[in-house]
Amino acid sequence: MQRYYVLNKNKLINFLSFIQSRSKLAAPVKKGEKSYAFEYITDLEKIALHYLPTILPVKKYFLPQRETLIEFNKKTRKTTHVIEFEELTLFGVHTCDLVGMQCLNAVMVEDPKDINYLERKNKLTVIAFECNSYCDEHATCGIMRTFIPSSGYDILFTEFDTYFLIHIGTTKGSEIVNESRLFDVAQKEHFDELNKLRKRKEEIFKPEINASYDELKKLMERACCTGAWEGIFDKCLSCGTCTNVCPTCYCFDINDDIDLNLLNGCRMRTWDSCQNEGFAKVAGGENFREERKNRQVHRYMRKFKYPVDKYNMYFCTGCGRCSRACVAKISLKETMNLLSERIKL
Amino acid sequence: MNKKTIKHSSYTLKPAHIIETKYLTDDIKYFKLRFTDGTDLDYTPGQFVMVSMCGVGEVPISISSTPTRKGFFELVIRKAGKVTSDIHSLKTGDKIGIRGPMGRKIPLSTIEGKDLIFVAGGLGIVPLRSFIDFVLDNRRDFGKVEILLGCKTPEEILFKDEIKDWEETLNVEFNCTVDKADPKWKGNVGLITSLIPSIFVYPERTYAIVCGPPIMYKFVIKALLEKGIKEDHIILSLERHMKCGVGKCGHCQIGNYYCCQDGPVFFYHEIKNNWEAL
Ligand SMILES: Cc1cc2nc3c(=O)[nH]c(=O)nc-3n(C[C@H](O)[C@H](O)[C@H](O)COP(=O)(O)OP(=O)(O)OC[C@H]3O[C@@H](n4cnc5c(N)ncnc54)[C@H](O)[C@@H]3O)c2cc1C
Ligand code: SF4
Ligand code: SF4
Ligand code: FES
Repeated sequence: MQRYYVLNKNKLINFLSFIQSRSKLAAPVKKGEKSYAFEYITDLEKIALHYLPTILPVKKYFLPQRETLIEFNKKTRKTTHVIEFEELTLFGVHTCDLVGMQCLNAVMVEDPKDINYLERKNKLTVIAFECNSYCDEHATCGIMRTFIPSSGYDILFTEFDTYFLIHIGTTKGSEIVNESRLFDVAQKEHFDELNKLRKRKEEIFKPEINASYDELKKLMERACCTGAWEGIFDKCLSCGTCTNVCPTCYCFDINDDIDLNLLNGCRMRTWDSCQNEGFAKVAGGENFREERKNRQVHRYMRKFKYPVDKYNMYFCTGCGRCSRACVAKISLKETMNLLSERIKL
Repeated sequence: MNKKTIKHSSYTLKPAHIIETKYLTDDIKYFKLRFTDGTDLDYTPGQFVMVSMCGVGEVPISISSTPTRKGFFELVIRKAGKVTSDIHSLKTGDKIGIRGPMGRKIPLSTIEGKDLIFVAGGLGIVPLRSFIDFVLDNRRDFGKVEILLGCKTPEEILFKDEIKDWEETLNVEFNCTVDKADPKWKGNVGLITSLIPSIFVYPERTYAIVCGPPIMYKFVIKALLEKGIKEDHIILSLERHMKCGVGKCGHCQIGNYYCCQDGPVFFYHEIKNNWEAL
């Protein structure tokens, strides 16, 4: 399979139109001065190719905020399992967000597999767009090593002055490129440019936290039950924004909805947040994470400690969304740096 | 959004008939169930099921019967809120949706031939009853059996008839204490931990199986360790908020563990260093 192609920049519009002829298209759109969102695209002109990480990551297409798991009828007592899905191409997925999707995949393929997620994922086509420089000061993709795309896409676009260099990740990606007839096979000069760019990126993206990649887990283990967190989360409102916007947070709730006729209903899965006060409360009244601070420490442990033990992956992509969106202006980068000052590794 | 139907997912409900119910106290009701397709629930003591009331929700409930008795399984449910209240309204003949069994199957061979101490606080006797009846159905395979039960008041003691049976016919030591006595009460008054020092144990061959309200564990474990019982001989059944039961939703997390899959039954040595366990 031919792996590398080039697409002249002036053909991008033709390519996106071709995509639209195959499936629905979603891509980043500017919403405010510094805010962007992934949306369904009808008007291609609206796509913002250079964007700050979207408010919500693309996980919203993989694990929707609300989805039906079961439909039931109270009278016939029939229950039906349903999977909601759509044929959709995501264009412009940032390098760090590719890692976010891989984290979710790791969780959902683990037995017992989440069929709803996996089936839906198979209907999605991912066209990634490599970041050549930092989006803003909140990002920590340098230390998380998520600034070089490795996998998780069908097609990857890397931008150069007059063209995009394309890397094919899957057979699906290859089919799309071939069918569109818009691409040329990449030549030596293109690879040279790519190598130069990747080298340049190694100079641009540097660890933003005063610890090494491998030390982050140790930092959590040491900090976990100590006073190292003192003061850091005093301003936290437990609003749950940081978990909602996080590409690797997937905690959910399951609730039933029933029609007004009290006959037909469905069991729904909705996003939940470990920051909610009642998240770990049981019927006897005991709340296992009553203190706000403990809920935040739990969140950090779920990024830098537990998933490393379980999946051998950090569940932080360094996207910076949690810091960017926090109403109390609590920054992940500053928190980690403060911990590394307070904890001797 | 397109929709397709599938035969089976992690959320599949299996219908069961209610074949018997009775109130054990004002707000605790017993249910005997049988799957409508006649199959048995393939479980180990310590496991639980998700019980579904379509339109209201789903709740985790311990299996209270022993797998040695076939053709049915039993649940004992306290009215705690929305779903449990709705379950209480069910009668014999009604149908209900079940998911499970959920949770770890602990190897019962580890406790075979051993002396056992069951320590139950309040409703903790419900899941322990599955172990107890299992042991009693295989009475010869086990050593000395001691049951310690702590309840708030004498009225809250569940399974009074069965307890009598256990004591009289099955060679089981039974000790009970209540926090608050009434005039008729002739037994012990005080916390459950007060029952532990006076029992006689051979530490090497004794296993303790503990279930009760969260606050109880620390004290009971301390008392058991003081008796010389080894850390890997203490078995604990922990309760956490649960939504999915399949290790995904995050609600039941205890540090590195998911209570719904890695538990709810743990050996003390597995969790003693877990910052969220006890
Ligand atoms: C492994 C396990 C075994 C259990 N076994 C039994 C049993 O044998 N008998 C019994 O009576 N009860 C048992 N429980 C407790 C039972 O699940 C709760 O009482 C029930 O979920 C409350 O639901 P509700 O809709 O009636 O109450 P709600 O109206 O939902 O809420 C009442 C309270 O219950 C808490 N709660 C809600 N949902 C859950 C949940 N899914 N898990 C835990 N707490 C929750 C809420 O935080 C709230 O504090 C068990 C719980 C677990 C985790
Ligand atoms: S977004 Fe900020 S204020 Fe809200 S829960 Fe997260 S850390 Fe706390
Ligand atoms: S924890 Fe923050 S920086 Fe890390 S992936 Fe989640 S939102 Fe992005
Ligand atoms: S109940 Fe959902 S992870 Fe355990």
